[in-house]
Amino acid sequence: MSQLFSKKNKDVFSSPLSINNPVTVQVLGICSALAVTSKLEPAIVMGLSVTVITAFSNVVISLLRKTIPNRIRIIVQLVVVAALVTVVSEVLKAFAYDVSVQLSVYVGLIITNCILMGRLEAFAMANGPWESFLDGVGNGLGYAKILVVVAVFRELLGSGTLLNFRIIPQSFYDLGYINNGMMLMPPMALIICACIIWYERSKNKELQEK
Amino acid sequence: MENLLSLFIRSIFVDNMIFAFFLGMCSYLAVSKNVKTAVGLGIAVTFVLVVTLPVNYLLQTKVLAADALIPGVDLSFLSFILFIAVIAGIVQLVEMVVERFSPSLYASLGIFLPLIAVNCAIMGASLFMQQRITMDAANPQAITGLGSAVVYALGSGVGWLLAIVGLAAIREKMAYSDVPAPLRGLGITFITVGLMAIAFMCFSGLKL
Repeated sequence: MSQLFSKKNKDVFSSPLSINNPVTVQVLGICSALAVTSKLEPAIVMGLSVTVITAFSNVVISLLRKTIPNRIRIIVQLVVVAALVTVVSEVLKAFAYDVSVQLSVYVGLIITNCILMGRLEAFAMANGPWESFLDGVGNGLGYAKILVVVAVFRELLGSGTLLNFRIIPQSFYDLGYINNGMMLMPPMALIICACIIWYERSKNKELQEK
Repeated sequence: MENLLSLFIRSIFVDNMIFAFFLGMCSYLAVSKNVKTAVGLGIAVTFVLVVTLPVNYLLQTKVLAADALIPGVDLSFLSFILFIAVIAGIVQLVEMVVERFSPSLYASLGIFLPLIAVNCAIMGASLFMQQRITMDAANPQAITGLGSAVVYALGSGVGWLLAIVGLAAIREKMAYSDVPAPLRGLGITFITVGLMAIAFMCFSGLKL
């Protein structure tokens, strides 16, 4: 048991959440990170879906890593990921239909999410199933974290709500407060993401580029 | 004919792959450091889009749609796996054909060709097309036949090319400006793309 949660494994799990975040540091999986964040609910669902898919595709590829011929590994990885995404997409359609309509094509686009291919290539092909599972969960949650932060800002400032509960009281609107409709537009996702990067890099000088 | 033209213009400016849907963002940010390589990647993406989309269109309408292959069977849950297999296969095929018949083009595209298989713009265009097939024919976004699928692919590709060349040109100039240290590189690029996207939003009022 102590071996399962050794120091190294803890690092594998926790570094993608902060210092090695897949979105803001490794610049992977930006597409969906920006497109699904105008409301908090789809952002959370998307983050969890990606976490599940990275974790399990990492485990599957890690189990198969010694038998996959090197030349066709990309195709094998794509097929494993596509099968998992199909399962998640059908589950979402069955149990969370409204959210799956809001996410529309972006569920399918998890297949081409670079975080998945990046983790499979860089980690799962070289490590055992348990480490790969932790790495997948860590990276998925690191991705989900950024999604949630961006979505909180966009939904709070753009619609005055969080998870469809009104946060900004009616009296503010009576005094002349107006929702910032710009926040719901796609460009603001990019700019909020830039602000997160700005904040992280001014706190952590090692991440700054020359 | 008018419909096709309007679909073409719409897919370049209004439904721009980058600025409206953020598709293909990873390679967009990674390969936009200079104009020449950006043009190469843009052309490669356009090319692969124009080849794969008609194939996926036929696959969707003749095989996957409800009652298409076997009456009473809806195979559309297989679409993710089949689309990505078609894309990966065609990218491989295009790579071999280009290498055989035009070594100079092959050399200039370099590693970009194989990477396009995992570019979300291609997969995204296929999935959007799958949605648009079911739309009402009066809708300007609807894809009604093989012809409009090709036009949609071409328009999306040209829109992507336009976006990446524009960003590369700005980044080449930005190399000379004094950006605050924490924003340097990724941060300022995000803000630039955001501002470009705001500029492109003015096209969304276009009546076509």
